[in-house]
Amino acid sequence: MKNLQTVGYAALLLLGLVAPFAVYPVLLMKCLCFGLFACAFNLLLGYAGLLSFGHAAFLGMAGYICGYTVQSLGFPPELGILAGTATAGLLGLAIGFLAIRRSGIYFAMITLALAQIVYFFCLKAQFTGAEDGLQGVPRGHLFGVFDLSQPLTMYYTVLAIFVGGVWIIHRTVHSPFGQILKSIRDNEPRAISLGYDVDRFKLLAFVLSAALAGLAGATKTMVFQLASLTDVHWHQSGEVVLMTLLGGMGTIFGPVVGAIVLVLLQDWLTGFGSWVVVLTGLIFIICVLAFRRGILGELLALKARML
Amino acid sequence: MADDHILETSGLTKEFRGFVAVNGVDLKVRRGSIHALIGPNGAGKTTVFNLLTKFLEPTRGRITFNGRDITAERPAALARRGLVRSFQISAVFPHLSVLENVRVALQTRLGTAFHFWKSERTLNKLNDRAMELLEAVDLGAFAGLITVELPYGRKRALEIATTLALEPELMLLDEPTQGMGHEDIDRVVELIRKVSTNRTILMVEHNLSVVSHLCDRITVLARGSVLAEGPYDEVSQNPQVLEAYVGAEHE
Ligand SMILES: Nc1ncnc2c1ncn2[C@@H]1O[C@H](COP(=O)(O)OP(=O)(O)OP(=O)(O)O)[C@@H](O)[C@H]1O
Ligand SMILES: [Mg+2]
Repeated sequence: MKNLQTVGYAALLLLGLVAPFAVYPVLLMKCLCFGLFACAFNLLLGYAGLLSFGHAAFLGMAGYICGYTVQSLGFPPELGILAGTATAGLLGLAIGFLAIRRSGIYFAMITLALAQIVYFFCLKAQFTGAEDGLQGVPRGHLFGVFDLSQPLTMYYTVLAIFVGGVWIIHRTVHSPFGQILKSIRDNEPRAISLGYDVDRFKLLAFVLSAALAGLAGATKTMVFQLASLTDVHWHQSGEVVLMTLLGGMGTIFGPVVGAIVLVLLQDWLTGFGSWVVVLTGLIFIICVLAFRRGILGELLALKARML
Repeated sequence: MADDHILETSGLTKEFRGFVAVNGVDLKVRRGSIHALIGPNGAGKTTVFNLLTKFLEPTRGRITFNGRDITAERPAALARRGLVRSFQISAVFPHLSVLENVRVALQTRLGTAFHFWKSERTLNKLNDRAMELLEAVDLGAFAGLITVELPYGRKRALEIATTLALEPELMLLDEPTQGMGHEDIDRVVELIRKVSTNRTILMVEHNLSVVSHLCDRITVLARGSVLAEGPYDEVSQNPQVLEAYVGAEHE
């Protein structure tokens, strides 16, 4: 069973390595960025039982910080991405601190409200370029060596970041901390009665989730050489919920599958204009009705039934 | 001896929007005893437990544990001091395995609860102790099972094993035999007797035969107030107690 898993991961990695020879790299990188974003979001929803409706704030803010530090302060790409990730983590600390005392719908509402404040801040601030956003962010050289303007170099950098990010999430879920987190998700009063200060665990989970969402956002800025209001908009917060539910929140890779499906769908449907929203909405409804555990969740359940 | 009592309350009161659920309760629990809290449905027993473990803030009154005022303590901190509760509605972690349920409690001793960068394999050193605790409640054979799939009686046993993992000085059990068949009840009674050495137990229990066999002292609660306190034989003869019970049954 363990071996089968290792083989599966190796096969996926191999697929990731050869994919740019078959598919347009920019599309693949978009899939990877949103895959990491959804995966980070799911650390909170799937493993801490917290539904955040403000994750766009972390994706978008990290994108702006990365774009600004690289474009205006001349940071190398690795430092720009690091700065974006760290800022998202700090923002997560602030938003998480205010939100974790509430649960359920109230938690979702507070995260949404705070993310809207971040949105207006980005709209009004100078360094974000307001309505225009930041455009033409130079990709530069990674560690001063690898020229990221080469599509393949950029792609493998994004792949490495994605693998690293998902690995951190995997490790967190399967760590002593992850055990406590899952117990809080399952039965919070019981976890308290065993002596755990549940708010601190939730806060750490929130910060990790925010920072990793930021990592995805900063990386995305390097890929598209662009940071804009789209990524801080609440639509983006809603979309990541969709991706996660579509792919299946019970697993680590489910949200990645959901993200890829949604990105590809939007890519294929671009010809339909604003009908894309309606079509993705319909597909979402069908998927949620047909596979309640999400795409990956249903596949795993099917496999379990057949074995 | 002054600290003969491990737990004491004075004038403990809880009002819910004007409704007095617990009314001026003075409770003294002797160290090393098994103390029962009984009373008709809605008497306020669970509310007393919630107050003692700080899951609810008392409206008035004081609570001392080991001679220390804990009225302002937070629930998780209290658990770490050695006052651990179980719940009336079985409280397990349904999506963790049976072994993991107990291990989550044992994890408090490792001090690595926040270590998100470590592998969960570092927890395996707790498995032996977890298995011991599971064996003690006859759950050894179920260790690998996901807890949702456990029958109800077994879940209650698992809950006791999890509570015991913390080696609490004072254990609060809210109706540990509720909803169980005869065999399960006998097993739990034996278990409680076994674990009561070296610790104090305060339990809510409806089954009076369990109470009479197991408990050293009884406090009877009715409509939020203490009606009687003493050994079983004495309390069970008290006409007020009989009336409260019979009266409640006819309501
Ligand atoms: N959070 C709450 N808000 C309002 N009223 C409450 C609350 N919790 C309990 N009560 C009321 O307080 C009274 C005592 O309830 P409690 O659960 O303590 O009784 P109990 O003795 O444990 O009963 P049972 O034997 O049924 O478990 C009940 O009338 C109940 O409706
Ligand atoms: Mg009760």
